[in-house]
Amino acid sequence: MSISGSPSPGTARRTWRLAVPDRTYRILLGVAGGIFAALLIAFVVAMATQAVPAFSKLGVSFLWGSNWDPAHNHFGVLPFAVGTIETTVIAVALAVPIGLGTALALAYLAPRRLRAPLSTAVELLAAVPSVVYGLWGLVAVAPLFRTTVEPQLTSVLGWTGLLGGPNQGVGLLLAGVILFIMVLPTMVAISRDVLAAVPHDQVEGAMALGATRWQVLRKVIVPGARVGLLGAFTLATGRALGETVAVALVIGNSAHLAPSLKANAGTIPSLIVSSFGEASGTQLNVLFAAALVLLVVGIGVNALARVFVRSVKRSGAASVTVA
Amino acid sequence: MSSISFDSSLDPILSRRAAIQKIAASSIARRKVYSKVAISVCLLCLVVALIPLVAIITYVAAKGIPAWNADFFTQVTKPEGIPNGGVWNAIVGSLIIDGIAVAASVPFGILGGLFLAESDGPAAAAVRFSADILTGVPSITIGIFGYIVWVKTVGSYSGFAGAFAIAIIMLPVIMRAAETAIRGVPVTLREAGLSLGARRSTVARRVVLPAALPGLLTGVLLAVARGAGETAPLLFTIFGNQFFQANPTKAMEALPQAIYTYSSQPYNDLIQIAWGAALLLMVVILVLNVGSRLMAARLRRERR
Amino acid sequence: MTEPLTTPAHIAQSIGLTTEEVFVGHHAGAAKAMRLENVTVTFGGRAAVRGVTFDAYQREVTALIGPSGSGKTTLLRALNRMHDTVRSAAVTGTVMLGDTDVYGRSTDPTLLRSRVGMVFQRPNPFPTMSIYENAVAGLRFNGVRKKSLLDEAAESSLVAAALWDSVRDRLKVHASTLSGGEQQRLCIARALAVEPEVLLMDEPTSALDPIATKRIEELIGELKDRVTIIIVTHNMQQAMRVSDRCAFLLMGEDRTGELIEFNSTSKLFSEPDDPRTLDYINGRFG
Repeated sequence: MSISGSPSPGTARRTWRLAVPDRTYRILLGVAGGIFAALLIAFVVAMATQAVPAFSKLGVSFLWGSNWDPAHNHFGVLPFAVGTIETTVIAVALAVPIGLGTALALAYLAPRRLRAPLSTAVELLAAVPSVVYGLWGLVAVAPLFRTTVEPQLTSVLGWTGLLGGPNQGVGLLLAGVILFIMVLPTMVAISRDVLAAVPHDQVEGAMALGATRWQVLRKVIVPGARVGLLGAFTLATGRALGETVAVALVIGNSAHLAPSLKANAGTIPSLIVSSFGEASGTQLNVLFAAALVLLVVGIGVNALARVFVRSVKRSGAASVTVA
Repeated sequence: MSSISFDSSLDPILSRRAAIQKIAASSIARRKVYSKVAISVCLLCLVVALIPLVAIITYVAAKGIPAWNADFFTQVTKPEGIPNGGVWNAIVGSLIIDGIAVAASVPFGILGGLFLAESDGPAAAAVRFSADILTGVPSITIGIFGYIVWVKTVGSYSGFAGAFAIAIIMLPVIMRAAETAIRGVPVTLREAGLSLGARRSTVARRVVLPAALPGLLTGVLLAVARGAGETAPLLFTIFGNQFFQANPTKAMEALPQAIYTYSSQPYNDLIQIAWGAALLLMVVILVLNVGSRLMAARLRRERR
Repeated sequence: MTEPLTTPAHIAQSIGLTTEEVFVGHHAGAAKAMRLENVTVTFGGRAAVRGVTFDAYQREVTALIGPSGSGKTTLLRALNRMHDTVRSAAVTGTVMLGDTDVYGRSTDPTLLRSRVGMVFQRPNPFPTMSIYENAVAGLRFNGVRKKSLLDEAAESSLVAAALWDSVRDRLKVHASTLSGGEQQRLCIARALAVEPEVLLMDEPTSALDPIATKRIEELIGELKDRVTIIIVTHNMQQAMRVSDRCAFLLMGEDRTGELIEFNSTSKLFSEPDDPRTLDYINGRFG
């Protein structure tokens, strides 16, 4: 590494000629940065243009139509919207408590020397490709669900009316659980960071009053981190909403509004990926429209999550005064 | 009993003290047990969180290793029923597509990182915000975007379309890592270059970037780990190809996409190949991930 | 029972004690609130403060003074077992709180801390809680649930911390809206609400402006009848103003703090027994 200016005149001249004037440099950088914003805009525009024909031909009602039958020109996407929501709810309902418990363990409770390696291990869960999750879920976990988990759950919770129908293994429930595993690392990583960032003098203040360890965690640390935890929750939800491949492999792919959690179903991403190949005309436009909805929701949820997480970093957890 | 001479205004305080102590002493056992139980539950959550990782790695390894033979790595995929198929076409496809994606995204990512590191105004905030959003957007929408922009306009599926989509996924990762790495270069180094009269671009090119190289490399590794594992963007752009195809202007095969296609087939030897490919992909990505972490850790230690 | 719990008879009755039982603890010859004997605190084998012996008397303010690094805060934190959470820390010697051996095998640290409270250098009210919730936080941690007792303790402690009049109408407001001095007084109220026997104060005014400092010093004088106070201060003038007795600590050559002299404040600052004390008073070392 050489800093121009010190070597012999010959080399210096060569370096100057390759140098770009400062103004050009700044413009170049600005363009590079601007590409990101431009991409995002192009994204939405491109998707919208392809989706518009669907709206112009079918109006808006197809968004809550419950009949998906492309052969007869019925394009109701409601079953898939419901499936998306149901799988996301299952995933997040599991990820929040277990993720929070794990994050507390990693931030405060596990043996000190194990904290870093165990945190890395949990984060590695995020590195597994989603298609591998799908394959594993389909071949390894689904039989387990079919033979053990679903029968047990039905005998315990059958009275809720949510667990009717045969035990197939694949279906909404499995998709929800696989999604839970996939969003857990996100939930844990962010939660752990915000929990550990709660100022230590508050912890000491609580201790000095005669609080037990759990009381300190529950009444001081978790409330102190709640804005960041909200961000983690939002990000996890966003990730669950948009996950495609793993869900498509384990959800059973049905176009009917699922009457039970054990039934085959579909989500909006799984719908798009499974019918895109053969779709044309209006159906294709509808799929684009569905993708547009997915995009807008994804952007919205992500933006919200970043706002939460950013505000923690900016103000410092000590002065959070969110009522 | 009140022959005691003390300040009677303390009476309420003393009695309150006794009352509080009594409550505290009688509840301490219960509170401690509750605390221990709650803490155990949290540790249990940690164990639960780790089980899937162990389960998935062992299962994929158990199923995938038997599939790793010479044919697997050298043959292209054969249609169902014909033995001795492999994923050679998918491996080559992945290498080419990810290679092009990296080549496209690294320059832009570094320039973007320079931009973010050197400016602080609302423009920079907007760029950073966009990049953050881009990382969180569902990858299927990126695939569809690639379809609209590349496949539809060009008229056919191609490796380039796939590389385009994967590049979009890699870009924000590289840019943020670049920004962090460049910000980590001591300001004094940059000022030294500028004070010698060098142009900003020269200082960037010959002082800042070389100093930030380890961090940049870590970022690229991380980006590749992310991009190489994505399936959805590929499904809409490369279409898949059971024959060997190294020309990126044509439809190609790639590892994640191959796994997805063969997972849903009811033929045993195709599923076997899917497992082999899954193991291969998982191993590569885990290695890249762990590698980039080790690099980042060593960087942090050297900085101290 | 709707009568206020203000007379000893009422309180004794409500918790099932006789009036004698309520007062026995306060009288059993315990003129000394805390006794330290040969107390040493080590971190990873290296002693931060060694061989400290002195007594803190009831209804008095005892100040720990000395230049920075002399181990005052380390010693103070040993008195309510705050070092328990530090893996490498070890405390030897004897610390007695009345009849209780603070480090005894049968003494529970969590329960101990309801009898020995602490106020910290920088105000640390819980930011997500209101003023009222902060004040009663300690009571709630210790299992107190009865609203009348909580309300009464909150009011009493906020009055004692000279905060009641300014906050009585905004008890539900977040604690972070208070000024620095008010926040510190809230922390004092919070510690007082649990009615500890001893209150440890670790340089409570060093992060505050002079006016807030003065208010708290006045407060300390008013509080000592209610709780025995042990205060760490690096400010000699403050020690002179607020304390009845002083313990002067100094870091020796082996970088371990030692108790040089323990005396009534007036004596220590006018005719100290030890020449090193005299040097410190005359500003020979910071």
